[in-house]
Amino acid sequence: MKANYGYMDGSGEYYITIDTDHCNNCSHHGCITGCPKGMFQVITDDYDDEVAEIKEEFRKKIKYDCADCKPTTDRPPLPCQAACTPGAITHSW
Amino acid sequence: MITAGIDMGARSIRVLILKDGEVLARGESTAGFDTAESAELAFNEALEKAGITKDQLDKIVATGAGRESAPQATDTVTDVGAAARGAHEVAPQARTIIDIGAEEGRAIKTNGNGKVMDFAVNEKCAAGAGSFTEAMSRALEVELEEFGALSLESTESIPMNAQCAVFAESEVVSLLHAKTPKQDIARAVHDAIADRIVSMVRRVGIEPEIALIGAVSRNPGFVDALKRGLERDVIIPDDAEFVGALGAALVATDE
Repeated sequence: MKANYGYMDGSGEYYITIDTDHCNNCSHHGCITGCPKGMFQVITDDYDDEVAEIKEEFRKKIKYDCADCKPTTDRPPLPCQAACTPGAITHSW
Repeated sequence: MITAGIDMGARSIRVLILKDGEVLARGESTAGFDTAESAELAFNEALEKAGITKDQLDKIVATGAGRESAPQATDTVTDVGAAARGAHEVAPQARTIIDIGAEEGRAIKTNGNGKVMDFAVNEKCAAGAGSFTEAMSRALEVELEEFGALSLESTESIPMNAQCAVFAESEVVSLLHAKTPKQDIARAVHDAIADRIVSMVRRVGIEPEIALIGAVSRNPGFVDALKRGLERDVIIPDDAEFVGALGAALVATDE
């Protein structure tokens, strides 16, 4: 399942997509510690699979919470993506 | 087996009781300041119509934004999971579900069994949800119930440039001052909501058939705008606003 967390507003689309099929065999849970803001958590979804999701309190402001990891120039790899070894995380912006 | 689903929405609370897969009764109330009390009103209405007591219910599952605050519920399911399960029951041919409530819009892609494959939720922007039409109908001084039909009388398509509900209200006022017909403004409002929803649906990918659920499906102006935006027809099930509650009741039955 591709779960898109975020929103669209006048300035653009801000979604973090988690491909939860990649979460199934992950015991590492690097997303939880990899994000400096602690935006990720692992839950058991409606189908009893253990998957990562963006915490509720961050979903309406991810553009701002992710801003520190996205400098305009010399952008390093995103810590959440680097920490997610199965490669489940993508950003839309 | 008798189960109940409670959809704790931002604006309305809906309860649906199922007995062996058949709908026994529905109840509805406006979500007030005390959501637990509002849920109780809708719950008791449904019980009364069904002619049963709470003790006769085998399981009660809550969904919706306020699902954790439904005092009657023994379990919860996410809005996305409930919408997918309910839509699969009433429109099994649908693979793409669009669920638009007062405060949120959701696009869900499902497999042939009603399981969620992909989903996107517009968590923030009011301009892609039902409350936007409420605000705009107020600005136009038109009853909400008449607002959708009014837009169908439009003869000219005008763009609404504002991307935000707050700025859009200013734009509506400016259009009124410019003597733009209310019908055309109403259409512009519905086109603006549909634009945002279509963009979200494209994020998960459009796979026919498409079902539209949620209370906004009762707005003919929005439905018309959505069909134009998607360039295809949509299925609107009966009692589309109760599909979330139905999904929760079905999840209770499945378990």
